[in-house]
Amino acid sequence: MSVSLNLKDLSKQPSKLSRGHRLCAGCAESVIAKQVLMSTDKPIVVANATGCFEVSTTIFPYTAWEIPWIHTAFENAAATISGVESAYNVMKRRGQISEDIRFIAFAGDGGTYDIGFQALSGAIERGHQFMYVCLNNEAYMNTGIQRSSATSMGASTTTSPAGSKIPGKPGFPKDLTRIIAAHNIPYAAQASPHNWKDLMRKAGKGFDVDGPAFLNVCSPCPRGWRHDGSQSMQIAKMTVESCLWPLYEFENGTYRLTGESLSIAQGKKDKVPLTDLFKKEGRFKHLLADRWADKIEEAQAHVDERFQSLIKLCEMCETL
Amino acid sequence: MKMATNGDAAIAYSWKQINPAVVPAYPITPQTIIVERFSDYVHDGEVDTEYVTTESEHSAMTVAIAASAAGVRVATATASAGMALMWEMLGVCSGMRCPVVMAVANRTLSGPINIHCDHSDSMGARDTGWIQIYAENVQEAYDNSIIAFRIAEDMRVRLPIMSCLDGFILTHAYEDLEVLEDQQVKDFVGEHQQLNPLLDLSNPVTHGPLDLQDYFFEHKYQVIDAINGSLSVIKEVLDEFEALSGRKHFIAEPYMCDDADFVAIAIGSTAGTMKAVVDELRVDGKKVGLIKLKVFRPFPSQIIADMVKGKQGVAVLDRAISLGSTGPLFLEVNNALLSIEDSPSVCNYVYGIGGRDAPPSQLKQIYLDMMDGKSLPINYLGVRK
Repeated sequence: MSVSLNLKDLSKQPSKLSRGHRLCAGCAESVIAKQVLMSTDKPIVVANATGCFEVSTTIFPYTAWEIPWIHTAFENAAATISGVESAYNVMKRRGQISEDIRFIAFAGDGGTYDIGFQALSGAIERGHQFMYVCLNNEAYMNTGIQRSSATSMGASTTTSPAGSKIPGKPGFPKDLTRIIAAHNIPYAAQASPHNWKDLMRKAGKGFDVDGPAFLNVCSPCPRGWRHDGSQSMQIAKMTVESCLWPLYEFENGTYRLTGESLSIAQGKKDKVPLTDLFKKEGRFKHLLADRWADKIEEAQAHVDERFQSLIKLCEMCETL
Repeated sequence: MKMATNGDAAIAYSWKQINPAVVPAYPITPQTIIVERFSDYVHDGEVDTEYVTTESEHSAMTVAIAASAAGVRVATATASAGMALMWEMLGVCSGMRCPVVMAVANRTLSGPINIHCDHSDSMGARDTGWIQIYAENVQEAYDNSIIAFRIAEDMRVRLPIMSCLDGFILTHAYEDLEVLEDQQVKDFVGEHQQLNPLLDLSNPVTHGPLDLQDYFFEHKYQVIDAINGSLSVIKEVLDEFEALSGRKHFIAEPYMCDDADFVAIAIGSTAGTMKAVVDELRVDGKKVGLIKLKVFRPFPSQIIADMVKGKQGVAVLDRAISLGSTGPLFLEVNNALLSIEDSPSVCNYVYGIGGRDAPPSQLKQIYLDMMDGKSLPINYLGVRK
């Protein structure tokens, strides 16, 4: 069952991820993780892919984890949680365990969109009971800000720099949430930590569905996106309001826009132009030069087209 | 009970008797019969194993590690390219002290692609912290498969183990097999003992944290200590298995070695052929013998040194080659002989690469050449140069 989203109640929840971890100031990952971990009252076991979140929360002999946690490698968070959940199933069958446990895999976008994609697709197809949470900061931040297939077009990274000929990452990111939806997964959603109620409601649904769930969460990274750490939630909000990261869910075959994205689709809220967002992030600043005006136009056209396509899906599903 | 079966099916049968909690499975020739037969047992309800058909061997080994860390007994199987794809996770498995049992249907590594037997796959993984045992025939493959669980899960060991059998030669060949009763097998392997299980909610454990310069070496040393110390545990388990089955198993089996002047050392099915060759030469009065090595990791250096001490010549048969060096067994044997004064002359025979047949006539020539002083330091048996 989902928990009450009343702040007073939430503040009384025992901590599952303690303070004192070593994530950067302003990193959204621990904020997202706490919101996810608070979204169920069931015990949770976590698998983590290699990445910022793993290295920053577990340097031996310390751990920030107050619940069972396992890391084995980079490309296999979904396979790792598959193994844990399989052991749980057989122990339950044999009467060796009685608790009703929930399973989460956390991974970055590199560990999800790229190297971990096969393991994720396989685990979803097999139908394990788990929620996969992608902490999506749009690049390989743990190795030093290299581009991934989640990186936005035009973003400057250490392997897609803002050059004089090629201004940042050439192509658009893979639309992973919809690829995951194409697995006919019971529940998939995009979320952002600035809208914590929306995120926690989605995480609560993900915990409760029968079968796998997937949560793709926008995770601003002050180091990689080059913004002031105090502005991470503001940046997340603008990213959603620009429609670069629409909030929506895919539940039992039905697409539904949520939060600010629903308001924008309904004409109740204005879309933030990409240029306004790009001004706030160092990784996009080079695109504001006159010579790259066509790139901004191309990016805006792409964002508009993708958002329109979501609106069409929601209209088909009669959720708009 | 007696049956006629092949090596893969014998492994699957041993798993049916053991009923592991989790079996991650991915097909690869010549291992596939194992996971096929075992899926029959699962789908017919003869076991209550969680059978996880992964999308790759990398995920199969990951599932094995995670399920083992979660606190249950795990078995899986692989070969060749499948093991190569698992390679990253092999070290993770031993480093996280997961007593996973893996059957390895020995097959060469590409390229060019070839599906037949040599030991390149498991020999390539000899430095990953896994115990390795090898089988001469289908009976030994079955016995080893049961023995493996006891060794890996022993609280003094807690390391993964590869139970290896020669691809096609043993995996697909039908032989007589004497199986134990189900209850005998269950009693022998015992209940799975957990150690800091991930699924113990009352004692939340962080498995696989980042481990840097200040602790990593100590953790690796614990693995070194455990794998070296496992040799005495293996001896105990082999003796106990003999008491149960009446079948004697050796870490290294001496065959007609006592009065032999020339001995060969071999691993796997070739050891069986070599025994026949020794018998033939003994009829002619030649004082030859064989050492059949079951345990390659940990390497039983002292046992080998004691067995070859005082011999005139030793031929080391390797069904794998460390390209740019020699066969891996040859390196180990030479290392073992460093402790012996007046050590015998040792030569290396690399044979059977990519499934090339090694018939008795060729194997016999190894002894004849050794006795005539014609063996080169490294010989490539039957290759067209």
